[in-house]
Amino acid sequence: MAYNLKKESNKPERLTGGHRLCAGCGASVAVRGVLRAVNEEDKTVCGVATCCLEVSSVLFPFTAWQEGFIHCAFENVAATISGVESNYNALKRKGKITDNYKFIAFGGDGGTYDIGLQSLSGAMERGHDMVYVCYDNEAYMNTGLQRSSSTPKFAEVSTAPVGTKQAKGEMGVGKGQHKKDLTAIIVGHGVPYVAQTTFTNNFKDLHEKAYKAHYTPGPAFLNVLAPCPRGWRYPAEELMTITKLAVETCIWPLYEVEDGEWKLTYEPKKKLPVEDYLKLQGRFRHLFKKGNEWMIEDLQAHVDKKWEQLLKKCK
Amino acid sequence: MGIRRLLSGNEATATAMKQINPDVVAAYPITPSTEVVHYFSQYVADGEVDTEFVAVESEHSAMSACIGASAAGGRTATVTSACGLALMWELLYVASGQRLPMTLAVINRALSGPININNDHSDSMGARDSGWIQLYSENNQEAYDNYVMSWRISEHKDVLLPVMVCQDGFITSHAVENIELIEDEKVKEFVGEFKPERHLIDGGPLSVGPYDTPHFYFEHQYQRAQAMKRAKQVILDVSKEFAAMTGRGYGLFEEYKMADAERVIVVLNSSAGTAKVAADQLRAKGEKVGVLKLRVFRPFPHAEVAKALSNAKAVAVMDKCDSFNGMGGPVFVDVRTACYDLATRPQIVNYIYGLGGRDVTVDNFLYVYEKLTEIINSGTNTDDIYRHVGVRGVN
Repeated sequence: MAYNLKKESNKPERLTGGHRLCAGCGASVAVRGVLRAVNEEDKTVCGVATCCLEVSSVLFPFTAWQEGFIHCAFENVAATISGVESNYNALKRKGKITDNYKFIAFGGDGGTYDIGLQSLSGAMERGHDMVYVCYDNEAYMNTGLQRSSSTPKFAEVSTAPVGTKQAKGEMGVGKGQHKKDLTAIIVGHGVPYVAQTTFTNNFKDLHEKAYKAHYTPGPAFLNVLAPCPRGWRYPAEELMTITKLAVETCIWPLYEVEDGEWKLTYEPKKKLPVEDYLKLQGRFRHLFKKGNEWMIEDLQAHVDKKWEQLLKKCK
Repeated sequence: MGIRRLLSGNEATATAMKQINPDVVAAYPITPSTEVVHYFSQYVADGEVDTEFVAVESEHSAMSACIGASAAGGRTATVTSACGLALMWELLYVASGQRLPMTLAVINRALSGPININNDHSDSMGARDSGWIQLYSENNQEAYDNYVMSWRISEHKDVLLPVMVCQDGFITSHAVENIELIEDEKVKEFVGEFKPERHLIDGGPLSVGPYDTPHFYFEHQYQRAQAMKRAKQVILDVSKEFAAMTGRGYGLFEEYKMADAERVIVVLNSSAGTAKVAADQLRAKGEKVGVLKLRVFRPFPHAEVAKALSNAKAVAVMDKCDSFNGMGGPVFVDVRTACYDLATRPQIVNYIYGLGGRDVTVDNFLYVYEKLTEIINSGTNTDDIYRHVGVRGVN
């Protein structure tokens, strides 16, 4: 059936409002988008790594989660959900339950790209029937904007601050390294479904990929760009502008890898220059200082190279 | 009537696991506990159990998966040793803090560094304050029996705390002994069905592991502490029921020739057997010596231990683990504290022994008993309570 945003938005929410995430936070938008793609008759158990999403949605004795929810620690949500899923399999085999469940692990980029990478890798390799969703806001937001391996090059973060002047190869340029390509790392695990997405326009890309992730048997991984207005320093109401520009500049290409086949799910008619995306965000403000043109050139060259590589994979 | 079998401590543990048939076992290899996982995966492969076996990529993930499975309402087990237990450390607190029943067989081994694969108790002693019940086992039979009992204790509604069943790596884990197994049906009946009140699957909406603010965190810790106190009676009750089934009785600790003992050695796990031989030799000469073998270390049975030691003149507490605190090992510190309220206290010293698989001999214990005689005759002082036995160049 054709995707219809209005119809999808009228489904009961599995993560309700009233939680304490910031206004305009990309995390809850990503989570609700992913959960809307679960068929209404199916139940869910969601695991969440220690992160903004967790500390803001389940403050004892309250919870915004309408079904099963588990938080265990920072680096192990994939392993924790793999335990829940294993028990489900045991109970099913013993004929003790009849309902169908979906198991979804959510982690931020810190809990996924960095400290949780081993746990994620293990769970993907073992083949649990689960979906791992990274809501990627490109830094440790919960602890106060520290660099992660997902932070893009030159972004200003609290552990890679901008110095008084910026010179190639020196400290003080913001983060000194490019973002890790985690999606490709998970593709390397050979899992049945991997996708990179975000919420743009009518959420169709996110919805369809989430649906495939939920209903492809075995492990699936979704990497969802989920901007953070506080950390990225842009007005909260510009959330959808930011995600759109990330896609239109090819900084965050939308693609999926189904059973090893790479497929671009959106190709911008005209690839926009990276400045269009960078200039809206305070974390890149120093890139626009006189004399720092080389930084923008560096980023553009990197994006161009990665985009060309991706196009080749998707041919 | 039980079944006589020749089994290593590891196989005895694996056999008990098979009889209990947990829903989920998640484990990672580490010497000397690996063998339990070998046996158990064979049971899975042969269809002798219908457990989901999760061959995780680390002990950290093993404990994480067990937490997920237990929260989902499953009966859950894992096995580890040494650094594996250390890697689980963060999550041990999560498991007990979320009040999730499960059993962890600890095949005791020394912690690094330097790396050493042999037996001491630095692994489980390091986890003594993690909110887990700890049962220690002198031999293969006790390892098996404690394992069977652990489920009833862990899942009891007054307790709901995870349990470590400890035995000595290689010494009992790899040594083959004649033991008596309980029939499968009897084990199943004894252990019963696990029916948690709340669980993630098929249990309605439930959030496990919320963020706990200063308004609630302290109360939750208090509840965990109370559960640990209540565990003592539950252990006694379960042990009594177990004795009725098997004829094998277990208390919080075993008193060996303690009735009129003036000199007492307190010890746990396999070295208790060696200490008993030393006590027998001295008893044969008419010396009043005894052994107190701890079975339950968490909760620590402080009042009962104090009472048992109240008539002794001198006590040596043996620790197969050093605390590096300048004062003495963990068992010593607890035993000595427990005796503080006695009207007349025995003199109590500590001996660190057998670290990293150093052989523990009858002579070591004879030496310690001899030292206790010296203490009775001439006393000791607080500078001289933290001692070592069996270290080259020291004694």
